[in-house]
Amino acid sequence: MTMALVDLTAREHLARLTAGELTSVELTTAYLDQIERYDESVGSFLHVPRDQVLERAAQVDHRRQRGETIGALGGLPVAVKDVLCTRDMPTTCGSRMLEHFQSPYDASVVERLLAADAVILGKTNMDEFAMGSSTENSAFGPTRNPWALDRTPGGSSGGAATCIAARMAPLSIGTDTGGSIRQPAGLCGVVGLKPTYGRVSRYGLVAFASSFDQVGPITRDVADAALMLETLAGHDPRDSTSIERPVPAYSQSVERPLTGLRLGIVKEHYGPGLDGQVEQAVRAAIDVYRKLGAEVREVSIPHGRYGVATYYVIAPSEASSNLARYDGAHYGYRTDQAEMTAALSRERAGLEAAGDTAAADALDAPLVRMYRRTRAEGFGPEVKRRIMLGTYALSAGYYDAYYLKAAKVRRLIRQDYEQAFQQVDLIAGPVTPSPAFKLGELVDDPLSMYLLDLYTVSANLAGIPAISLPCGLTDDGLPIGLQLQAPHFEEERLLRGAHMYQHETDWHTRKPPLL
Amino acid sequence: MSITRDQIEKVALLARLELSPEEAEKLTSQIAAIVDYVDQLGELDTDQVEPLAHPLDTSNVLAADEVQPSLSREDALRNAPRHDGEYYLVPPVLGE
Repeated sequence: MTMALVDLTAREHLARLTAGELTSVELTTAYLDQIERYDESVGSFLHVPRDQVLERAAQVDHRRQRGETIGALGGLPVAVKDVLCTRDMPTTCGSRMLEHFQSPYDASVVERLLAADAVILGKTNMDEFAMGSSTENSAFGPTRNPWALDRTPGGSSGGAATCIAARMAPLSIGTDTGGSIRQPAGLCGVVGLKPTYGRVSRYGLVAFASSFDQVGPITRDVADAALMLETLAGHDPRDSTSIERPVPAYSQSVERPLTGLRLGIVKEHYGPGLDGQVEQAVRAAIDVYRKLGAEVREVSIPHGRYGVATYYVIAPSEASSNLARYDGAHYGYRTDQAEMTAALSRERAGLEAAGDTAAADALDAPLVRMYRRTRAEGFGPEVKRRIMLGTYALSAGYYDAYYLKAAKVRRLIRQDYEQAFQQVDLIAGPVTPSPAFKLGELVDDPLSMYLLDLYTVSANLAGIPAISLPCGLTDDGLPIGLQLQAPHFEEERLLRGAHMYQHETDWHTRKPPLL
Repeated sequence: MSITRDQIEKVALLARLELSPEEAEKLTSQIAAIVDYVDQLGELDTDQVEPLAHPLDTSNVLAADEVQPSLSREDALRNAPRHDGEYYLVPPVLGE
């Protein structure tokens, strides 16, 4: 019974809940049991307050039984990435820096979930401050890919993607700055949608790179993503970059196929570095669209090959500025002050005894030393690397050559998309150049890790929506993802186009052998 | 352009990070490799291109100038490593 229940989609659950055939407590219990069974080996969750979760589920059941109006996600469990502020649960961002942080408010998307009567199941693991492509940068240990436990699930929303793949949650929300929803969704065989920049509020999303960050759903299928986006999307006066535009009823239109679809394939996508099996699966997916009557056209994104370089200047620059807030003064971790002061005094005494007054005068002031040591102890290696890179790119003498240059190339990439979308309605291609890699394989090679973001960063640079959906398995049984991209605010088209594929194929129904 | 250990130490001070000698060594070579890769942007002629700071062309999003409820002092101090109920407490700013 339990196994069968967690295999259903969120929309199937919702139909049963609405019909009174299933209670939220029963449903939530089934997922909590699944977490108990599998999360020790997968590591999707950082925090699951079982009693609190069940109490909330019981409240929703009670209100439904009394005949009250129930929200669009009434009684459905939702896993929340630990970069989104929650008042009732910790918000660690996968960092020692925020290990004991308790947010005084809920993120706007969390408020929206609660207003829709969702049941927040727990907080999911992630690369520290969402920086990474493997979830190995979490201070609390890595998440593993349910399809092969010695491989990474991708990142940074590794917990958010694996909990869907391993049937530990029916719905999940992640965040995507350079591919952090789509890449783990692709590597874990689930659906991940990055909306248009500005479509979903960022209020209460702990900032990494503010001109890229976007919240979106990770689900088992496209129809569930449509349901979820409908709740998440909309204007929020507390986020000045959120856009005031009506939210289409995505869940109503998602099953309507697109007629006369012009599907673009980007010729630059198929070069060296693209794994043969990934290419084959993506081309087969495009053939499915051909069979459905789509006209497939080749388009060019000539500046796409500069995407990774552009992204890895701008995003770290924004990060170095955003993460300046972790100063050991306002919230979060602070180094042991007595120890820090004593060490500073010893250094000073040593330098003075040696007669090096210049060096003694150049020592950090106690406040500066507190900042530096706090950040040295509170941040992990990847976060430090990005702060250093961004600080360098913004520093006097380098700003024009790096930050400004990258901001100009960013415009060229956006223009490439504007031109391509004059010829096609959607663009299809790979999500990642290769399937899931082994844990530890790239930990000491940051540049190689960054290059894996080749196909995902462009959508963030241009601000366009994009979705990742399962389109195959390698010979070793690892999931392969198909990415679709659409013009700004065309999520409806994106979802309808993605659903057409899922209507014809069954990759999204496959289960990891672990289960 | 290659990055030196000395530059890394200076950037670490700007970034308010303390680096161990091993970290500084590793970061020097890693950041040099990343910057070398990024240098390919120099191939592009962007003299006539306006920088893009934001993916959507929005500007001057203003809120009405009205007093709204905000975080209480108690809530704002609740996560502070040290405070006295009114202020955040930090080590001396200007030395001992």
